[in-house]
Amino acid sequence: MAKQGLKRQQNRMAAVLLLPGLLTVLVFTSIPALTTLSYAFFHWQGFQRGSFAGLENFRRLFAFPFKDQLLMAFRHNILVFVGIYIVQTSIGILLAYALFKAPRGQRFFRTVAFFPVIFSLVIVGYMWQSILNPFYGPVNYIFHAIHWDFAAQTWLGNTSTALPTLVFINLWRWVGFPTIIFLAGFNAISTDYVEAARIDGATEGQIFRKILLPLLAPSMTIVTILTFIGAFEWFDLPYVLGGSSGGPAGATDTLALMFYRLSFGSVDSGANQIGIGSALGVIIFAVVGVGATYGSKFLRAREVEA
Amino acid sequence: MKLLTSKVFFRAVLIFNSFSILLPVFFLINSSLRSSNDFASNPMKLATHPYWQNFSQVWADGAFATYLKNSVIITGGSLIFILVFSLGAGFVLGRYSFKGQSLVTGFILSGMLVPAKLAILPLFIQLKWMHLLDSQLGLILVYASGALPAGIFIMSGFFRSLPVDLDNAARVDGASELQVLRKVLVPLVKPGIAIVAIYSAIPIWNDFFLPLVFIQSPEKKTIMQGLTLFFGEYSSQWGIIFAGLLIAALPLIILYLVLSEQFIKGLTAGAVKG
Repeated sequence: MAKQGLKRQQNRMAAVLLLPGLLTVLVFTSIPALTTLSYAFFHWQGFQRGSFAGLENFRRLFAFPFKDQLLMAFRHNILVFVGIYIVQTSIGILLAYALFKAPRGQRFFRTVAFFPVIFSLVIVGYMWQSILNPFYGPVNYIFHAIHWDFAAQTWLGNTSTALPTLVFINLWRWVGFPTIIFLAGFNAISTDYVEAARIDGATEGQIFRKILLPLLAPSMTIVTILTFIGAFEWFDLPYVLGGSSGGPAGATDTLALMFYRLSFGSVDSGANQIGIGSALGVIIFAVVGVGATYGSKFLRAREVEA
Repeated sequence: MKLLTSKVFFRAVLIFNSFSILLPVFFLINSSLRSSNDFASNPMKLATHPYWQNFSQVWADGAFATYLKNSVIITGGSLIFILVFSLGAGFVLGRYSFKGQSLVTGFILSGMLVPAKLAILPLFIQLKWMHLLDSQLGLILVYASGALPAGIFIMSGFFRSLPVDLDNAARVDGASELQVLRKVLVPLVKPGIAIVAIYSAIPIWNDFFLPLVFIQSPEKKTIMQGLTLFFGEYSSQWGIIFAGLLIAALPLIILYLVLSEQFIKGLTAGAVKG
């Protein structure tokens, strides 16, 4: 009897404690996420839904004038992913390995390495915009002072340097994150393997390449997937530094910026195009979803048992 | 090759990295203490005579203080929802077994997979319909909903790791279920609460995308959204801009100096659980 009373009390508790959280997620995350897919298949007048459109929105997205923007933005996302992935992963592994091998002062170096991750991209963006300012910034000031005038670029204003500069700023802000993940990965590797290899006469370089790096695969999977998702939803930094049209001249345009312009309108394109924007949203969602799912399957299969 | 694997090399790498990270931040702090004209004449000089007027001028611009206050309200409000709801739901999922539990868990996991930015259009229309557009409560609820799945997931893990006998001993002593949660378990999951708080509060404080889309009234804008206006308004008044950026960054910098370990754990919590 007492046991039943407890069960009833627990059921009531479960309902009271679960429902507020679940309802919030349902109303403000799940329902919008599900309806967003349907938006792409309707005609829209501003924020007013019209008749069923079939694949019309997708067709228009892949026609003039959106097609060129779309392909350019997509290309930028790919470049950004490849660029960030290669540089950030290599530096992240180097820093994590350095922290792992030279543990004296680890706490300090680790804290500093992770520090920029806590900054808002708005602050990071404006800080670097000032540092790289062609007239007043210290970077070009130094280049002029040592008479390297050729190196003093308008970093964010030049179509050929703008995107690499954004990737660099992103690197500064974010490299501490993979570093921490990789460091946790190194720390999780059993010292038995390393000891055994050392007894067999392996050099530190061989131990790194043949033992530590392969066993780092689980951390690599996490970093790869997160970088992929981040690169294809890249919005904040290009928006802060290049505006909603990915300036200069679309050199830093991304799929997410284009999605934003189509959804909410912009200075140069005027009215919004919710149908076409949603079609682009579906495509981004598909790229990210399919890429992340198959990517992690593929990468997990390559992880060695440790 | 020998050099590349020596401790000296690794130490050098770490020192170089620390410089590359701290130098821009030092530049920001130093420049915020120089007058705009002084900065324009040479960006590299040390602020030997701190020019505090920059900060009083930022403060005198009433909008900035309003943005800051709004960010505190929105981050704090979201945090209350997130902590209370994820403590409750985490407790139920971590300590009870009931019918449909795997369904609930699956629902929460699916909530973690939704890229919030892509649901922005329906959310916009839905908030408009609910009269929660251009509203701080609306923003708070959206942030709470975004952070809750991971928050519940993390909390339920912490609750599950506690020994079962704890609750039963308290029940035998006559504690109600709510007392079991509040008096016995909550004190033991404090590290989890810290992780969830940091995991959710930092991105909310730093976010400018949702306010950009949802908030139009100047008096409701957040600090990160406000900075984008501030930067345009005071362009080339360098001292004021740097002071503004520093003020906006300062709360998190101070917290990070005190709680760096918890920050690192909290902000990487989302990555390690997957």
